[in-house]
Amino acid sequence: MSDSAQLQHRGLIGDSGVPPEIEAKAKAIRRDTGFPVGWLIAPSAVWLLLFLVIPLLSIVLFTFWSSEIGKLDTSFTLENYAAFFYNEGFFNSQADRFLSVSVFLKTLWNTFRFTLEVMALCLLVGYPIAYFLALRIQTFKWQMALFLVCMVPFWTSYLIRAVAWIPMLGRRGLLNKLLLNMGIVDQPVDFLLYSEFAYTMALVQLYVVLSVGPIFFSLAKIDKTIIEAARDMGAKTYQIFWEIILPLSLPGVAIGMVFIFVMIMGEFATAVVVYGGKTSTVGTVILNYYAVANYPFAAVNAIMLMLAMMVGVVIILRLIDIRKEL
Amino acid sequence: MARWSPQRKKKVWFNALFGGYYGIFIVFIYGPMIAMFILSFQGRRGGTSFPMRGASLYWWNKLIEPSTVGDMQGALGRSLILAIIVMVITALFSTMLAMAFRKKFFGSGFLFYTVMAGLMMPGILLSLGLAVLLKQLGIPTAWWSSGLGVHVVWTLPFGFLVMMAVFNRFDSTLEEAARDMGASEWMVFKEITLPLILPGIVAAGLFGFTLSYDEFARTTLLAGNYNTLPLDINAQMTQRIRPTLFALGTASTIFSLLMIGLFLAVYTALQRRAR
Repeated sequence: MSDSAQLQHRGLIGDSGVPPEIEAKAKAIRRDTGFPVGWLIAPSAVWLLLFLVIPLLSIVLFTFWSSEIGKLDTSFTLENYAAFFYNEGFFNSQADRFLSVSVFLKTLWNTFRFTLEVMALCLLVGYPIAYFLALRIQTFKWQMALFLVCMVPFWTSYLIRAVAWIPMLGRRGLLNKLLLNMGIVDQPVDFLLYSEFAYTMALVQLYVVLSVGPIFFSLAKIDKTIIEAARDMGAKTYQIFWEIILPLSLPGVAIGMVFIFVMIMGEFATAVVVYGGKTSTVGTVILNYYAVANYPFAAVNAIMLMLAMMVGVVIILRLIDIRKEL
Repeated sequence: MARWSPQRKKKVWFNALFGGYYGIFIVFIYGPMIAMFILSFQGRRGGTSFPMRGASLYWWNKLIEPSTVGDMQGALGRSLILAIIVMVITALFSTMLAMAFRKKFFGSGFLFYTVMAGLMMPGILLSLGLAVLLKQLGIPTAWWSSGLGVHVVWTLPFGFLVMMAVFNRFDSTLEEAARDMGASEWMVFKEITLPLILPGIVAAGLFGFTLSYDEFARTTLLAGNYNTLPLDINAQMTQRIRPTLFALGTASTIFSLLMIGLFLAVYTALQRRAR
């Protein structure tokens, strides 16, 4: 290091120009500061290879195998994919299942559709909160405090938060009591728990913080003087929102969308708790086939889930460019 | 008192509207949990919904006394140990990664997306892939081996993003000054870099600890013979739900909150000192 210090002083004294080879050497020393990159990344790289890359690649491999009793037959086959798509009697015009898609494809589509619905709900519920925190609250201390209050559930167990809906939604739950007391219904209603309603409510509550966070950060980054300038030029509140705030917050919206989308696509535990296992997501299908040791078919479902997720993420990133944010 | 201009009036009205909505939102995300807290003190003969039939610690006692089903205390211990190991590894790895990413290097883009893939990949996929692979290789799964592996894959991107943000705002002239004065790389790190990034490391550790402590999907197929706490909770959920589960949920949540409070306290103390 003292070497490089000396080299630099030469230039400062300025008795003569620095010879090119010494300058190159000085630059090389400069660039080589810090610990060697190889050592810094090696542990993480090995870890990710072992526990992320190899397991995912092996899922792809398993889809081409078939399950025998007790072990896997490793000869190449496409039967699992056929079983995923093909439905008996698909082309038979006499069968009642003529041209109806396979149940696995239907489950995948339902998971996809439902995920989009919940994602939209999360954005609708979460956006005003992020807006309120980032642009309506003036003091930084309060902003951070109220934001943390919103984010704390993210660091607690989501299983427990799902369980907590049971005393709220049941036949004798709090929500039914409230409806009865307000005279909206005469007797307790059943559709609140173990229903799509309960499932939607629980998922929105579990994942809405994932939309509040990113949107809050991109809203907080907006230069306040732009808003002031617009106001001085006579823009109405809704004009400021539509033409300045919303476009500038879109990267945060996209990150939130991607987060929520991938989380709910892989969801399986909440459905059991608040839907009473009456619905199947791709996640539950995978677990069911794992339980009966049909690993190849579980793997096919997993690959299809991954493909559907990639399609969703690509669509989101096509709609909104988030590169500015990263 | 001066009369309010229409603009000021509108602003106050807007803020009240949003404040009210924020209140409702907080009730929405905390309400069910609070109801669960209260119901965990349900009387002996009470059920899983209101009204309360007296108040007692009956269900809490059931948590402590050894039970025939499940192994709650053991599961809690395992979850804690696992969370602490994951915390240390996450803090260490994410700091090292973020330090490497201060410079461009060959394959940096690829490595970045691989780290982020850990965030994007549903836990069930990772669980399935590793579980079947280990079964093929004849290696047994356990919470401290395969479970630990996938937990770090999940927490590392969070820690990494935190540390990237820390180094983005880092003033590297301080390090250069120390180097020019002849400090070795280790001295520069120990004396200059580490004290400045320590709050960030604590934040990365918070993500490592809490996300691992609560992780369920990734451990489902990989915990081996002994359950972690979330797996134990899930097992109890599939049986008849009783207020014991609420007591367990309350205890676990309070513990999480205490840990978050502790991390935040350490973070603010370090932050103040770093300045």
